[in-house]
This record gives sequence, C-alpha cells and structure tokens, in this order.
Amino acid sequence: MSQWTDTIRQISGVDPRKCMKCGKCTATCPAYDHMEYHPHQFVDMVTTGRVEELMASKGIYTCLTCFACVERCPRSVEPAAIIEAVRLAVIRQQGGNHMTPDQIPGLLDEELPQQAITSALRKYSKGG
Amino acid sequence: MTYSYFPGCTLKTRGKDLDTWGRASMEALGIHLEELPQWQCCGAVYPLAKDEIGSRLSAVRALAAARDLGTPLVTLCSACHHVIKRTNYDIRHDALFRDRANNYMAPDTAYQGEAQVLHYLEVLRDHVGFDTLAKKVVKPLTGRKIGAYYGCLLLRPSKAMAFDDPENPTILEDFIQAIGAQPVFYAQRNECCGGYVTLEDPSLSQARAGAVLHNAAAQGADTLITACPLCLYNLQKNGGKLPVVYFTELLAEALGLKEVPV
Repeated sequence: MSQWTDTIRQISGVDPRKCMKCGKCTATCPAYDHMEYHPHQFVDMVTTGRVEELMASKGIYTCLTCFACVERCPRSVEPAAIIEAVRLAVIRQQGGNHMTPDQIPGLLDEELPQQAITSALRKYSKGG
Repeated sequence: MTYSYFPGCTLKTRGKDLDTWGRASMEALGIHLEELPQWQCCGAVYPLAKDEIGSRLSAVRALAAARDLGTPLVTLCSACHHVIKRTNYDIRHDALFRDRANNYMAPDTAYQGEAQVLHYLEVLRDHVGFDTLAKKVVKPLTGRKIGAYYGCLLLRPSKAMAFDDPENPTILEDFIQAIGAQPVFYAQRNECCGGYVTLEDPSLSQARAGAVLHNAAAQGADTLITACPLCLYNLQKNGGKLPVVYFTELLAEALGLKEVPV
C-alpha cells in the first residue's frame, strides 16, 4: 500500500473500500472522455496503492465536480471527494499549484463571470 | 416581510440581471430582500476536503449573521447557495468542524446551525407559493416553450441540498407554468454543463454545453433558464444559438416589471 492511500483517506474522509465495483460512477460521468482514469478507477487505485499514477494524471484537473457520481453511488463512496483529495495531494506540495493569479489576466474575456475565476483558483491552487 | 439576502461576487458584477430582477420581483411579491451587511465571498466552490476549515468560514459568518438577525438567509446564485447550504449542513452534522469553526471565529454566541438557508426558488415555492405567483402575473408568457436548466449545484448532493428530487426535479418547471409558459422536459436538464473547467479545458466545456443545448432544442425549447452565472456564460459562449437567460428575468417580465425584449 502506498503512503498516499492514508493521505487520500484523511483528506477526503472517504473509505474507498466500501466500493462494490458497480461502475455507476463512471457510467454517469460527463467528463468520461477527458479523463485517462475514470471515477471507478480512482476509487480502486487508491485502495490498491496506485495513487502516484493518479496524481500524475490530467483527470484530476478535468473532473467537473458535478456530484453525479456522488449522488448516484449506491454505497456513498463519493468518488468526487477522492478525486479532489488526489488533486490536493499534488497542489499542497511545494510548487504544486496548477493555476496562479498571474495567469488570470490572460484568461479573461468580457463576459467571464467572477465565479469562474474564483472557482478556478480555489480548485487549482492552495489557499484559493 | 424581510429576509436576509446573500448576493455573492458575481451578482454585483457580471450577473447583475440575476440580482436586479430577482430583488425587484420579490419586492413585488411582498418580500424585501435585505442584503446581509459586510458579507464576504463564499469562495464559489464547496471544499470537499474534510480537513479544510478556513475555506468554509466565510459561509459560517454569513450564516451566523443571518441567525443573529433572526431571518432566513436567501441566496440566488447556484454556487453561493451550494456552498452556504452545505456548510450549514456540516455545522449541524459534523461536530469537529462545528467546534473548530467556532473556536477560531469565537463569536459571542457559538453558531450551531440555527439559520435557515433558502434558495430564491424555494421562497417562491414554499413561502410565496406558485399558485399565488400565477395570480400576480400580469403578462403571462403564453406560447413560450421554456427549458429549465438545473445543472449540478442546486440539486446535488440531495442529502445536504434538500432542494428537490435530484433525478426528477420539478421546481423550475412549476415556476415556468406559474408565469404562463410551457415547460419543456429534456434529459440533460440536470447534467453538468462543464462550466467549471472553462479556463482549464475549453473543449470539455464546449462538448458539455453543446450536448445540453442540442438536447433542449431537439425537445422544442425556445429558451433556457438558469440560476447560475457560470452556466449562463458557458452555455452562451460554448453551447450554441439557443437563448439562455436568468429565471428572474422572465419572472420580472411576467410580473410586468421588465419590458419584454422585441
């Protein structure tokens, strides 16, 4: 088991061993095509100690946090909370921010709501 | 009757149409929304990490202020509503979070989850009543076919949000009927528009927004309504030609407060 498994369980407060592998989380995921590992794989790979592969994957930034997997999980595993915990395991490291405030001006357009900027900074950087 | 009101960052800037017509309509329905003094941004995203306390404190401050005023706390933006309602749920159900938040903030009276958080639509449904609203409509939107776009944040997770049936919601369709229009049901109405990653992966936002609008148009909708500024932006920018407006704009039109666009 990887040292990271306990970290993910602590951050998320979720016990991935409750999963009964029905696959409903992945079946309902609207970001499926944009993640190399899918929600059920996050749950499985945290349990089996393959967290570093998840930490290196693009999917930790493309999860939409729409709670479809959370709502529809028959075992209350909360895959979205696990994915967020893996992302935080990366972001909380020194130099681990995925987005910084100095990038924001270049991303703005006339209509972009403040909510988008606040959301992105909170999602992709520590202390956001 | 006066309720406390938390507008949030976007309703003061890009989302003014959601705010302005929301307040004016509620006033016409006999409820004054009094902006909470010195509110702070809710953070827009509810932190899923159980060990993050600080990022939930602005919501706790808003909740405690509403409790002190003795009024329900009304939110209009889907994101503010999500963050503040879930934080209230945490205060009520997570003793460790409640203790830590109170120890840090040291309010005169510890906050124990006494405030009631209501989305504007819940006020319309449960306090005003859709039947009463229908009677106050002076310019019914007869003949309009409106699709309700719920998105994610209002409905899920239903255990904490307790807003409507998460898989078969009706509150927006009942609202559409109350203002005299015909609701259009479509499968994508409670699936995510992908707005969250608009700065990170626009191709995903485009794919999702396109799926939502295509589905709504195929079912005959002429307009979509939403309560979320990010959904509105994303559906308009990345989706297609179907008009997307705030539900408060159509409410104000029906109540005769806002001129109907030609």
